Amino acid sequence: MVKKEYTLSIFTEDHIGILNQITIILTRRQINIESITASESAVKGVQLITLAIRTTDDMVRKVARQIEKIIDVIKVFVHTSDEIVYQELALFKLSTKSLLSGNIIDHLVRSHNARFLEITSEYIVIEKTGHKNEILRLLNELEPFGILQYVRSGRVAVTRQVKEFHEYLKELNEALREEEKEESGIFNRLKEK
Amino acid sequence: MFNYDKAESMTERAEFYEEKTTEEITGAEALLRCLIEEGVDTIFGYPGGAIMPVYDKLLDYKEKIRHILTRHEQGAAHAAQAYAMVTGKPGVAFATSGPGATNLITGIANAYLDSVPVVFITAQVVSSLIGTDAFQETDIIGISMPVTKWNCQIKRAEEIPEMVAKAFYIATTGRPGPVLIDITKDAQTGKLPFKYKKCRFIRSYNPRKPLKKKEIESAAILINHAEKPLILAGHGVLISKAENELREFAEKTGIPVAVTLLGMSCFPANHRLYAGMLGMHGNLAPNKLTNEADVIIAIGMRFDDRVTGNLKKYAPEARIIHIEIDEAEINKNVNVDIEINNDAREALKYLIPLVNPNSHERWLREFRINDKIEYNTVIKPEIKPEKGPIKMGEVVNMVSELTKGEAIIVTDVGQNQMAAARYYKFINPNTLITSGGMGTMGFGLPASIGAKIGKPDVPVIAFLGDGGFQMTIQELGTILHHNIPVKLIMFNNFFLGMVRQWQDMFFQKRYASTELVNPDFVKICSGYDIPAERVTEREELTQAITRMLNANSPYFLEIHVEKEGTILPMVEPGASVSEVKISK
Ligand SMILES: Cc1ncc(C[n+]2csc(CCOP(=O)(O)OP(=O)(O)O)c2C)c(N)n1
Repeated sequence: MVKKEYTLSIFTEDHIGILNQITIILTRRQINIESITASESAVKGVQLITLAIRTTDDMVRKVARQIEKIIDVIKVFVHTSDEIVYQELALFKLSTKSLLSGNIIDHLVRSHNARFLEITSEYIVIEKTGHKNEILRLLNELEPFGILQYVRSGRVAVTRQVKEFHEYLKELNEALREEEKEESGIFNRLKEK
Repeated sequence: MFNYDKAESMTERAEFYEEKTTEEITGAEALLRCLIEEGVDTIFGYPGGAIMPVYDKLLDYKEKIRHILTRHEQGAAHAAQAYAMVTGKPGVAFATSGPGATNLITGIANAYLDSVPVVFITAQVVSSLIGTDAFQETDIIGISMPVTKWNCQIKRAEEIPEMVAKAFYIATTGRPGPVLIDITKDAQTGKLPFKYKKCRFIRSYNPRKPLKKKEIESAAILINHAEKPLILAGHGVLISKAENELREFAEKTGIPVAVTLLGMSCFPANHRLYAGMLGMHGNLAPNKLTNEADVIIAIGMRFDDRVTGNLKKYAPEARIIHIEIDEAEINKNVNVDIEINNDAREALKYLIPLVNPNSHERWLREFRINDKIEYNTVIKPEIKPEKGPIKMGEVVNMVSELTKGEAIIVTDVGQNQMAAARYYKFINPNTLITSGGMGTMGFGLPASIGAKIGKPDVPVIAFLGDGGFQMTIQELGTILHHNIPVKLIMFNNFFLGMVRQWQDMFFQKRYASTELVNPDFVKICSGYDIPAERVTEREELTQAITRMLNANSPYFLEIHVEKEGTILPMVEPGASVSEVKISK
């Protein structure tokens, strides 16, 4: 089966150890994490972990279900690259001397839609935001000038889907409120759906 | 003092609570009060430095909570699991920090793989020392993470009620499983105003699934058109208490019911639609005919590799309907045609009125034909041998007849386990207590203790191997200490029998480290004051078993059995279920 790149948006409670639980599942299945970022989501108190992994369609579905089974995971969304809007960010540190070799670097920065973040007498820092392959292309072209440091961030992504996470959460919270009013509230409500 | 139990009215009780709310108690006491609120009256455990505040409080609550001191924490874990399996209530086990906690791990993993609700409570060093490699500090949260349904660490007394409530809710709902709460010593000694509220909802965890009506309706259509349908019933049937619904469904549709090892006892073995056990050492008919079935209805089972054999050649003719509460199990090993992610009982209740009455006589005849072949070639020589050494099967069969299939049977792991599962005719639900997913040797003895404590009025009989018995043999001390009248039958073949069987069949009979030099087991038991007999001759068998069953004390039988017996039939590793062998 063909492997593809998938992005998992994992919404979780803010609970220590959750990342550990997620990586245990991926490790057992021999899946490498290509990139990972974690931050608070648009909903206060809810963490969003964004993972990029390469695997098969069949496997991504299996691990997504296993991840969603973790008690403190609220919801997992699986996306192929065309279903999301995503970016990564890279920083390149070069010696200032490299600038002196003419305006090739200025040209590269402009044509790659990158920018200078800092220029000192010793070094320059270039920032590039984009997809991984765009960043790698710039990396390639900068390489001959001697890169002192290069770092690329994890993927950040928002989905193109129409139903947003907070709507899903609202339903859950309503169910919770009903639950508090009436013991078996949620069960009956869910059954009717 | 106000007596809660004697409080007449709800208001009186409510007032009692109000009063208590303002009173400050220690975390240790709060823990015990939480357990009482959850209906716990029995705990299995072992004390140590970090958990001493809790043990100290146990003395004050001994009227309400019985503590069974085992002889090893692994024993406490297995006993708590068996207790849960026979009672349907969550089991509880205590252990101290460090080695106490790590000794639980095998038992936790065992409960995890077999979906049994057990609440494990471990103590932890003082919170300020966590992370410093303090004396008896281990990262039990990290260690137990892959083998618990959920775990948490409590560092402040105030958190205890909420976390305990959560733990019980998670352990017992959805697909049940073990949970672990690690409580620091300072949280045990800290004070809190006690108030308890049961947990009924967790935002990120939704065990109750909306009924999949559409899928169930499609399943009914498949079932109504099936010519060779087969039910595969697993532990989920017992967990969701769907035995009656399963029976009604099978009887209405005339579909034969095969069971997994852990599903055993969910359907009476003497029922005409009972097709026997699936899997590596299961019965001939259900294994073979799995590959002829045109519709498979899998209920509360997870297509474990011991059940499916070679997946590539599994059930090629069948459309598969999978009723399963754990969504992550659906399409995990076997791709199914209809996913019904529901509680087994709820799904069956909705399904039953939708299916047509049928009898499938021709299909059932195929089962009977295979049953006859298996009986003549495998079963009869095993349960009714006329000469030669005693066989495990004949002992199990005799116990089955003498107890009318109504005892609780506990097994260890290996040949003894397969003989017990194959030859005991289980009539009542939840009467086989065995280690399925993990296959943990040493499970049997402590599990029999937990089972007997959970069901004191039912005879509890354990079948053990001479290898596995010695893995947790110290629990004889627990039997002595608490006078637990379990009946232990140990098959002595002077071998690690099941491994020896594999060496015989797949390693050219090279018996590497499987022969045992055994102690005098009868002498050992007498040291523990447990009546014990050794049986070496067939003629002594009936009387010895009868004496054992009639005794109202614990009892131990060492039975010398055939040294190189073979459990058959067998689906060899890598083979398809249809290639099940009935001779070596
Ligand atoms: C803790 C543990 N260690 C090793 C094994 C591997 N194993 C499976 S069956 C078996 C042999 C069991 O021998 P015995 O207890 O004498 O029972 P028998 O098979 O002879 O009935 C072994 C070693 C296991 N299942 N569990």
